[in-house]
Amino acid sequence: MKIHCPFCGARDHSEFTYSGDASVVRPDHGEQDQEVWHAYVYQRSNPKGVHQEYWHHTAGCRKFLVVERDTLTHKVASVKLVNRGAL
Amino acid sequence: MSGYRIAKPDHEKNVQFTFNGKTYSAYEGETLAAALMANGVGLIGRSFKYHRPRGVFSVGNEEPNALVNVIHPDGLEPNTLATTLEVYEGLEARSQNCWPSVNFDAGAFNSLLSPLFSAGFYYKTFMGWSNKHWMFFEKHIRKAAGMGEATVEADRSVYEKKNLFCDVLIVGAGPAGLSAALALAPTGARVILADENAKFGGSLRGKGASINGQSGGAWAQDAMAYLKGFDNVTLLSRATVYGYYDDNTLAAVERVSDHLPHGDRQGQVRQRHLVVRPTKVILATGALERPILFGDNDRPGVMLASAVAAYVQQFKVSPGREIVFFTNNDTVYDAVDEIFAAGGRVKAVVDVRQTLTAYAKEIVQRHKLDVFVGSAVQRTKGRKKIQSVLLADGQQISCDVLGVSGGWTPTIHLQSQQGDAPVYDDILFSFLPGRAHEDYVSIGGCVGHFDTKTALGDGLSAARQVKGELGLKSEVENLDYVVSPSAPWSIAPVFEIESAKGKTFVDLQHDVKITDIKQAKQEGFLSVEHLKRYTTLGMANDQGKTSNVNALSVMAKERQLPLSEVGTTRFRPPYAPVSIGALSGGEFGDHFRPTRRTPMHDWHISHGAEMINTGAWVRPRVYKRDGETIEDAYIREATAVRASVGMVDVTTLGKIEVIGPDAPEFLNRVYTNAWLKLPVGKARYGVMLREDGIVFDDGTTWRLSENRFLMTTTTANAASVLTHLEFLLDVVWPELKVKVVSVTEQWAGLAIAGPNSRAVLTKVLSGIDMSNEGLPFMGVRDGVLASIPVKVARLSFSGELAYEVWCPSHYGFAMWDQIYKAGEEYDMTPYGTEALGTLRIEKGHVSGPELDGRTTVDDLDLSWAWGKKDFVGKVLAGRDGLRAEDRAQLVGLVSLEGQAIKPGSHLIAAPGAPSLGHVTSTTFSPVLGKYIALALVKGGRDLVGEKRIASYPLQEIAQEVEIVKPHFFDPDGSRMHV
Repeated sequence: MKIHCPFCGARDHSEFTYSGDASVVRPDHGEQDQEVWHAYVYQRSNPKGVHQEYWHHTAGCRKFLVVERDTLTHKVASVKLVNRGAL
Repeated sequence: MSGYRIAKPDHEKNVQFTFNGKTYSAYEGETLAAALMANGVGLIGRSFKYHRPRGVFSVGNEEPNALVNVIHPDGLEPNTLATTLEVYEGLEARSQNCWPSVNFDAGAFNSLLSPLFSAGFYYKTFMGWSNKHWMFFEKHIRKAAGMGEATVEADRSVYEKKNLFCDVLIVGAGPAGLSAALALAPTGARVILADENAKFGGSLRGKGASINGQSGGAWAQDAMAYLKGFDNVTLLSRATVYGYYDDNTLAAVERVSDHLPHGDRQGQVRQRHLVVRPTKVILATGALERPILFGDNDRPGVMLASAVAAYVQQFKVSPGREIVFFTNNDTVYDAVDEIFAAGGRVKAVVDVRQTLTAYAKEIVQRHKLDVFVGSAVQRTKGRKKIQSVLLADGQQISCDVLGVSGGWTPTIHLQSQQGDAPVYDDILFSFLPGRAHEDYVSIGGCVGHFDTKTALGDGLSAARQVKGELGLKSEVENLDYVVSPSAPWSIAPVFEIESAKGKTFVDLQHDVKITDIKQAKQEGFLSVEHLKRYTTLGMANDQGKTSNVNALSVMAKERQLPLSEVGTTRFRPPYAPVSIGALSGGEFGDHFRPTRRTPMHDWHISHGAEMINTGAWVRPRVYKRDGETIEDAYIREATAVRASVGMVDVTTLGKIEVIGPDAPEFLNRVYTNAWLKLPVGKARYGVMLREDGIVFDDGTTWRLSENRFLMTTTTANAASVLTHLEFLLDVVWPELKVKVVSVTEQWAGLAIAGPNSRAVLTKVLSGIDMSNEGLPFMGVRDGVLASIPVKVARLSFSGELAYEVWCPSHYGFAMWDQIYKAGEEYDMTPYGTEALGTLRIEKGHVSGPELDGRTTVDDLDLSWAWGKKDFVGKVLAGRDGLRAEDRAQLVGLVSLEGQAIKPGSHLIAAPGAPSLGHVTSTTFSPVLGKYIALALVKGGRDLVGEKRIASYPLQEIAQEVEIVKPHFFDPDGSRMHV
């Protein structure tokens, strides 16, 4: 599997670290509801097919990327920076 | 089997090799199987379960029988295929699965007991009683039924890894693959052509079929020579592509020097592991012949028909003097023709079909063969070799070789690995790749195009297709091949001839018989996946290359289903066995990962340090003096610190710079305690949690200037803390104006601790007021030490008056050496990780063993650091389960019996009672004169003053301990505030 890092180009997946489901949104700092935090930390769907996920370019630019990957075929449909403003 | 050499090969060098201690002569370029055959050796080894005599069955890596141990100067390699191992001068091989010898094997007794050894026998028989019985029997069973013997020696061969990139990878250099390469080479496309054999040509190597007037073998050699002239074409021989992974990534092993005499291997890698990333793949992996099943079909001399012809053609070696063929198709007649053409002889053909095709008839008449049409081999006779075959009609034919052809099985492992479910073909009676795929094209034998003419044509059209997909401009030439005629496709779907007598083996390598499959079906293991696991069919290292289709046909018959509905298992990598050495390449031992040494490393070594690996770093454990044990040394070191002064290398701590106007706010959110009001020039201890509320890491962070902080982490968590911070800044709070960067490598650090530490530093430091007021507890200052710029922080992990001194890494040695020399008049004592542990345990400071990923702030007695503000992990740390009263809490233990307390001991109230918790860190405390420990004990804080048993059942150690508060020494911290 190769990931096209917007900074570093197409690199082998071994340079990256899978960093979890990118479709979950961390609750606001200050959120006090345990249920909300529980959902953020523990509740994950396990889709067969397209999945939005974080990959950390650990051995490269160390940016977190949002990778759209098919969990069945490992085809990567898109790679984006997490926060486009950072560019 | 009485093989013999028909003719000496041209230009090949004579070599001597030994097999089972006896020396034989052969020619370079021959496989061990061919060489043994030429020397009349037919018995190669004994079978896996029944220890039946076995000989050579095939001519390639599909071989199930002829596995040998190869003895190297520095070890032994089991399960080497005699059919692919090339002989070299001094090769030493021996039979496996036999004792005391291959000719007289005590294990063959198993064969008499065979009714007992059916599928699942071992587990049913020996596991039925109790686990203890199984554990007793297992080692004997494993010895009796096994493949070869593993060596305990380290593999000293050299392996390497290589990454390859290309436009087109062609797997297989038979007629289809070569044709594709020939067509693509002039287009300029970067082509890699890989073949597992030493010589290119695939089926052409041994075939009489001529191309453009040349023999197949000569044409293939010319093609290879032509391809060598192209810079854009890479030819890889002896390179087995074994895995096809995601995103068009393929893995291969190139056997670089396995075929060379040991003396010529010096300075060469043995095998090279290749990862190939092509844009397009052409799979031209060919097909393998499969046998027909009948009674006692495993005797030495029973071979695949095409293999018999290949030995005659390729090596000029005949497997026997009386060769009989048994077939359900026409390809055998080509084999017959080729054998005669190469100077061999065939005695008879038994053809299970009712009539001969015209093609077959012509060959039969030309060679005046005996033919038994509409008949079948039901059983073989013989002992250590085949002596005759019994036909279904009762006739008997004497022979020393029986070549069998039950049709051809396309090699579709790589397609299957890609998730391409095979589809059964009712004309070929085989499985074919199921669907087209955007990344690869399958051509030739692996899609059932067995004849040379079609395979060559396939290569051309595949070349055109990938050329178009790659967008290459130059045209593929319209090459035309004139090919001599070969057998038309004509096959009868006969897989098995039932025989009441003898054993009928489906999987020769794992000794799986037809009766085992029937039994599996009776016991309800119907699906092919269950069948495979229950009988171990196809699970040997040949991966069932010649047995899978026959096994499925047996199951189909038993279940009265068409074969297409029985289905087949999905192939997984590797296609052929891969040595562990090739996978690890150079990455083993010290080269497995970088060795991280501090700048003071050489000083430590020259001062007697015994080093220890801590995480990624090498650190001094103790500095041993004459005759000291480790315990003697750390007790001396810790005692010296409390009495006068000591120093320890703390370079390994993780260091992260946190920079930006929002840095205080960021730290305030990351740590549990408050950070907004930390003044410049001060450090603070902080605890950080994971999102789930469990303690993650701790350390001090120093405010260097308004917007600049230096965070230290534990040695072990340096990388994960950095990633955690990066995630929060990148993903969660991009609005915070903060950057983090690892500076672990940039700073060298030491801690100097003890009542005389200030006196020592005062001697060598300038630019810092070292008084208690000038540099108060937790203060951070910049100074100069003999022209080295340093940062000095008054921090204490030991509970003594102590400082950390940091400098740019390249000054680390000089800084250490200067301070050490300045301290000599105070008996400066360097100390290692053992004494560091002793001092912190005496103070009840937590470290790695306590931060075990299960403990909360409260468990560790750190509730004072619990801030009122919001921080990462706060809400979930408030869950009921993480605040329960009976959670394991940090306590101290004191041995009441004057014995060391073993880490990992459990605390119990009485023998046999449930565990109350476990011991995390232990030491002898010189200052208390007692063995002490830290432990995590259920409701431990309420048990202070009580006695319990510390039990270590693995070594039957138990002793009485008293539970105390974790702060053993100077609990009010008076010693560090002077």
